[in-house]
Amino acid sequence: MLKTATGLGRSGLQDWLWQRVSAVIIGFYTLYVLQFWWLSSTHSYESWLSFFTSSFGKIFTLTTIVAIAVHAWIGMWTITTDYIKCLAIRLSAQLCIIFSLFFYIGWGIVILWH
Amino acid sequence: MNNRPMFLNLLQISFPITAIASILHRLSGILIFLLLPFLLYALQLTVSSEQSFQSLQKFLSINWVKFTLWGSLSAICYHLLAGIRHILMDIGLGESKCMAKISAAITILFSILLAVLIGYKLC
Repeated sequence: MLKTATGLGRSGLQDWLWQRVSAVIIGFYTLYVLQFWWLSSTHSYESWLSFFTSSFGKIFTLTTIVAIAVHAWIGMWTITTDYIKCLAIRLSAQLCIIFSLFFYIGWGIVILWH
Repeated sequence: MNNRPMFLNLLQISFPITAIASILHRLSGILIFLLLPFLLYALQLTVSSEQSFQSLQKFLSINWVKFTLWGSLSAICYHLLAGIRHILMDIGLGESKCMAKISAAITILFSILLAVLIGYKLC
């Protein structure tokens, strides 16, 4: 079995599982936001603000941002490994991806708890 | 292996619908990854003050922005549907070649339908 493919899980199978679990979280969050966008009649600032900054909204949003980082890392790792054959370019691209994903998590925390 | 004929003219190869569904899943994934900073910035603008909330709403009513937003939301919908198809296959549903073709077609058709609905909602 492939060992530490993405460095995230301890095996390829664990990466597969992480990708699925994060996908389910993101999927439910998408439905949660979509139903608000679709059903909300007013689209006022107050309703939008309370939707995202209630305790539940904050925790669900941050959980989803972390899930997106995990999901994007496994997906982008797969794609860069498949298509970028030059090791130096591939590793540089993957470093940029990891850096931006960590940055997004920090940014998300700042947005939600400013 | 070296004696096998190779034909890689991308303009003439006809891809099975399952291959198209798969590459669209990857392309939409890359697109969503590139969208992440814009989504976060939009979230920041909408929650930081009522003024920036309204200025973003104004920005989103410009035609080319609306079109970009429509494309982004459609890509997200496609990625979500293709992901659901994947998970259904993971639990053993529709793994045969025939069912994979049918589910690929359903995924593409449904996402076109959703894209039309989103376009209607945005208009």
